[in-house]
Amino acid sequence: MSGHSENAEQYWKANLRLIYGSLIIWALVSYGFGILLRPMLSGIAVGGTDLGFWFAQQGSILTFIVLIFFYAWRMNKLDEKFGVGEE
Amino acid sequence: MSQFAINLIFVGGSFLLYIGIAIWARAGSTSDFYVAGGGIHPITNGMAIGADWMSAASFISMAGLIAAGGYANSTFLMGWTGGYVLLAMLLAPYLRKFGKFTVPEFIGDRFYSNKARLVAVICLIVASLTYVIGQMAGAGVAFSRFLEVDSTTGLMIAAVVIFSYSVMGGMKGITYTQVAQYCVLIMAYTIPAVFISLELTGNPIPALGLFSTHIDSGLPILTKLNQVITDLGFNEYTANVDNKLNMVLFTLTLMIGTAGLPHVIIRFFTVPKVADARWTAGWALVFIALLYLTAPAVASMARLNLMTTIYPDGTAAAPIEYDNRPQWVKAWEVTGLITYEDKNQDGRIQLYNDTPAFEETAQSRGWNGNEMVVNRDILVLANPEIANLPGWVIGLIAAGGLAAALSTAAGLLLAISSAVSHDLIKGSINPGITDKGELLAARISMAVAIVVATYLGANPPGFAAQVVALAFGIAAASLFPALMMGIFSKRVNNKGAIAGMLAGLAFTLTYIFVYKGWLFIPGTNNLADIPENWVFGISPLSIGAIGAVVNFTVAFGLSHATEEPPIEIQELVESVRYPRGAGEAQGH
Repeated sequence: MSGHSENAEQYWKANLRLIYGSLIIWALVSYGFGILLRPMLSGIAVGGTDLGFWFAQQGSILTFIVLIFFYAWRMNKLDEKFGVGEE
Repeated sequence: MSQFAINLIFVGGSFLLYIGIAIWARAGSTSDFYVAGGGIHPITNGMAIGADWMSAASFISMAGLIAAGGYANSTFLMGWTGGYVLLAMLLAPYLRKFGKFTVPEFIGDRFYSNKARLVAVICLIVASLTYVIGQMAGAGVAFSRFLEVDSTTGLMIAAVVIFSYSVMGGMKGITYTQVAQYCVLIMAYTIPAVFISLELTGNPIPALGLFSTHIDSGLPILTKLNQVITDLGFNEYTANVDNKLNMVLFTLTLMIGTAGLPHVIIRFFTVPKVADARWTAGWALVFIALLYLTAPAVASMARLNLMTTIYPDGTAAAPIEYDNRPQWVKAWEVTGLITYEDKNQDGRIQLYNDTPAFEETAQSRGWNGNEMVVNRDILVLANPEIANLPGWVIGLIAAGGLAAALSTAAGLLLAISSAVSHDLIKGSINPGITDKGELLAARISMAVAIVVATYLGANPPGFAAQVVALAFGIAAASLFPALMMGIFSKRVNNKGAIAGMLAGLAFTLTYIFVYKGWLFIPGTNNLADIPENWVFGISPLSIGAIGAVVNFTVAFGLSHATEEPPIEIQELVESVRYPRGAGEAQGH
């Protein structure tokens, strides 16, 4: 176990930063664009309705997929960089 | 060939496939039974999660909910997918690294307390049992409509099929049947949707069709739908929602509830590596999104189709005569899910929104109240018939609805039975039990869980209709925060975690019971369940997110007021954070 080494601590901090960033986008596309900020986006027309409606019914889901794959890809890189990945 | 024969071929054929897989994928050890030996590829597992997650509610009811609520019910779309982001980043990889069989086992070990484990077992059983009753009842309904047997017989058939592959194969059998069930259900859902989208918009991809032009009117399809339904007194489909606080909290409750549901979490224990657990979440959401991106298109197009069927010459002209109603209306009238009453005695079907605001218009047209009630659950099942699609598509829908119900039921039953055999029997009652003995106990627990779920599916208790409130409320307010704190905090101790879970649970259940009745017994509620009575406009269905905040607050507060967890527990937390050294999932 890599335990309490400085290296491990750096790895965990990098992971937390990545999570914070991802969750900000996660909240922005769903609670932001899809719900609270919808009136602000009502000027942008998308096929008979507005951008907020699109985010609520499709855009947020598509963003979630991209976020998870991005996170998985970045974490695998971090595992390697800090040498804490599986053999 | 009759429609009945076609349905029989599709449903019977899919069942033979599931049972064939069960015989091939038998479980030989507890590791096979609980986590499929830990050797499932992330893409395979993603598909299995898709079927595990998408229940009769997603397959049958969700499009109907969106069709009825329009934008307001986007909450289900965001809520039931956004949880996978939380799973991928906050729970799944670390719980996979921990490398044990069940969710209560992590809570028990991390908070070094059998009491904590027991609280988790109870939460798991209540949430999963509520959930599984709906699946069993849903399978019964699908059988009774498509195979023309009564719903109790249908329920029995469903129980026998689940029994055959889950008792023998455990997680291993369930995984591979879920993959097959995913393929059946996604084809069944998307094929009719493609036809309908082509018919209405010329675009073969329903998700794009939703934002395309309606061929008959030349208007965007959502504009056309808004016109048609507002002409009949309904709210605009795309109308904004005033109570944003409730909309946010409801979506949040669904998201963290999704992440905290044990039958989803345990599927992440079946992959070989921590990195695979991360990829699994991504693939799972891809496979789920294939249905979830199609559902809003099905919802709006089916609603428009329904309205143009009733008003073939436009909303300004008279609706169709009852005697000329299409065949599918007659078929669903038999089940009681469409009802008609000729209130103004003109022999036509006046379908509109019977509200005081619309009364003047209705009177001027000689209408005397809404005459047809269409149960929104039939929308997906009746979709191929509404769009005049060939008989084999209807057979496919029948097999798809059953696949959705059976796959989710099996996943839930496994979560329940592993909590009983692994957490209760091995964890508390008989810790010295051999692997062989535990495997037998797991099979017996599974069999008992199926019998109980079948009985409750046939005689649903009052709480069975409260899946969203109970299952998601409990998972959000008790399990999710406990799991997350167990990973992200070294400071939260046994006392804090137990008090937090109980406080979150008590707060959430009390708020739900005040509006919905104590233990859901009708008439025992203290306040009527109407928006005017809700505190800050927060519905009882949205309270789980606040329950989670209560859980976090109590757990942190009490932990900081009491002693630190022992050093070996802090080391355990350290170890789950780093992937290195993750072996195959195992028992003690």
